[in-house]
Amino acid sequence: MSVLELHDLHVTYRTDGGSVPAVRGVNLSLDTGDTVGLAGESGCGKSTIAGAVLRLLPKGTEVSGKVLLDGEDVYAMKPGRLRAVRWTSAAIVFQGALHSLNPVRRVGLQIEEAILLHSQQSARSARIRVGELLEKVGLPAGQAERYPHQLSGGQRQRVLIALALACEPKLLIADEPTTALDVMVQAQVLRLLEELQREHGLSLLFITHDLSVLTHTCERLAVMYAGRIVEEGPSTQVFADPQHPYSRALAAAFPTIGDPASRMNPQGLAGDPPDPSALPAGCPFHLRCAVAAPECSSLDVALRPAGAGRSAACVHVGATDV
Amino acid sequence: MSEASPAAADVVVSLTNVQVQFGGGSVRAVDTVSLDVGRGEVVALVGESGCGKTTLIRAIIGLEPLAHGSIAVEGSTVGGGRRLRALRRRVQMIFQDPSGALNPRHSIYEAVAEGLRIHKVKGHEPTLVAEALAAAGLRPPDRYLRRFPHELSGGQRQRVIIAAAMALQPALLLADEPVASLDASIRGEILALMRSFVDSRGVSIIAVTHDLGLAWNIADRVAVMYLGRIVEVGPTEEVLRSPKHPYTQALLSVVPEIEGMAQQILVGETPDPSRIPSGCRFHPRCPVVASGEADRLGFGDRCRGVDLELEPEVAAHRVACHAVAR
Repeated sequence: MSVLELHDLHVTYRTDGGSVPAVRGVNLSLDTGDTVGLAGESGCGKSTIAGAVLRLLPKGTEVSGKVLLDGEDVYAMKPGRLRAVRWTSAAIVFQGALHSLNPVRRVGLQIEEAILLHSQQSARSARIRVGELLEKVGLPAGQAERYPHQLSGGQRQRVLIALALACEPKLLIADEPTTALDVMVQAQVLRLLEELQREHGLSLLFITHDLSVLTHTCERLAVMYAGRIVEEGPSTQVFADPQHPYSRALAAAFPTIGDPASRMNPQGLAGDPPDPSALPAGCPFHLRCAVAAPECSSLDVALRPAGAGRSAACVHVGATDV
Repeated sequence: MSEASPAAADVVVSLTNVQVQFGGGSVRAVDTVSLDVGRGEVVALVGESGCGKTTLIRAIIGLEPLAHGSIAVEGSTVGGGRRLRALRRRVQMIFQDPSGALNPRHSIYEAVAEGLRIHKVKGHEPTLVAEALAAAGLRPPDRYLRRFPHELSGGQRQRVIIAAAMALQPALLLADEPVASLDASIRGEILALMRSFVDSRGVSIIAVTHDLGLAWNIADRVAVMYLGRIVEVGPTEEVLRSPKHPYTQALLSVVPEIEGMAQQILVGETPDPSRIPSGCRFHPRCPVVASGEADRLGFGDRCRGVDLELEPEVAAHRVACHAVAR
């Protein structure tokens, strides 16, 4: 059973400078318990997808295609139904924990509020549940009395995770949940997410630019470039043996410590991330591509099979089979 | 690549027992640090937030007064007064956020020319600016001169910062998380650029970072800091391939790219420099102490009771740990 399905999702922002196509035809599906990582540079559209799933995008943004949560079309829902689905079917953990919490309310009350709004519980049982949730994310129940500024960055991120779990969603969307954290705290939060995911059979859509984190946390990986998925497959395979030249460059940007090949040899990708409002013709990556063929400046390739359970959008993929 | 500490004649910056205090001495942000950096050497200073790594490089450029110890850049002691201007030409700083470091109303030309004017660098200014931009990979420079920071990408802005710094022909670059705010795909290019200036012009770099991959990519030596102290220092290959200090081992174990290493996630928050624990300052989080191994092997009391500094300078790879010093 698919918890989340995206069918040919297109998202176009309307700005003063014209329309900006941020997502250009994305298909993705997550079954119960699936963990999928969505990777790519800033501006590739990965966070837009998070917003599109729960209809959190700015007013006037054009969305086409389908978003199905538990088989139900999110964009056909009435406002009341949408409010019910947010938190209970899917919840999002954002990057900036400080900005996602109300600074003048105790964190326990903020979690309690979400529970009371979305379930028929008494205030008393909701309060008990707050304590359980905080303990589940590794915080003493007494921290419910704290205000956000009294907590460290890692503790605030844990509160946000507790908040996201408050209504027992089936799908957790984590948008750069560890990016602002210190290395050791990042490891703590990642381990917590992994444990919760396993324990509750959650489906997890993990969005980050850090490919190495995704490989560790997610079974499947989708690499985005210029609003599209350009490679998809089992994460260890995509990281160790990428088929798309962009995934290859992205994977190489994370050196393996101890590997002589990357010692004194930082690998990067020339050029800059593409401007979504002015994409080049043909394959949007061809201007930065190390192996671009003449046809790449005019030919835009869709995802094609690249081995078992894998696909990539590149003319070089599967070329020998044709 | 320097195997041992650099020979005295070739030392660009020398730190001796440096202490930086805040809050009238209640916070020892940097607590007795000694380190020499040789000409053309890249040293990565790694550790969690609050370990004092940024305070240490601010002290090198004269932005933090020293409570104890001394810092010498190319043989002359860092102090106040007129000598500070001369120092600031020889030592240039690169910050994490290139957008914040550039004046949004100054053109790229102005951004590079300003330093040349302040330091009265001789030569034809437009030529110097163009050469600096080209050397930093902004080619052709004419295309960038009249543009403004907001018209450039993050990677290009960081190249402008590096161009402005290198235009003054410094002996030492202090880089505070130079690529942390950049996209992963861009980082390698910027690191390669920094390393190329080391190899072509002999500049030295102290790079403050939490990213061990950066150290593996460009650093000759790594110094690991914990609560104001260097707890392990040595050639990059040795420190990152065979770390001796339990803290370094833990830091390495949580790097996702390292396969087959059991994760040692330290519990608790990033430590607080206003409350430095007694004994070895790492002992409350140390897995060797927590597992009881330190007590079994008979040095647990020293971990909890005896403060220690780095081993004396006999080998290039040195560590401050009772378990290693036994």
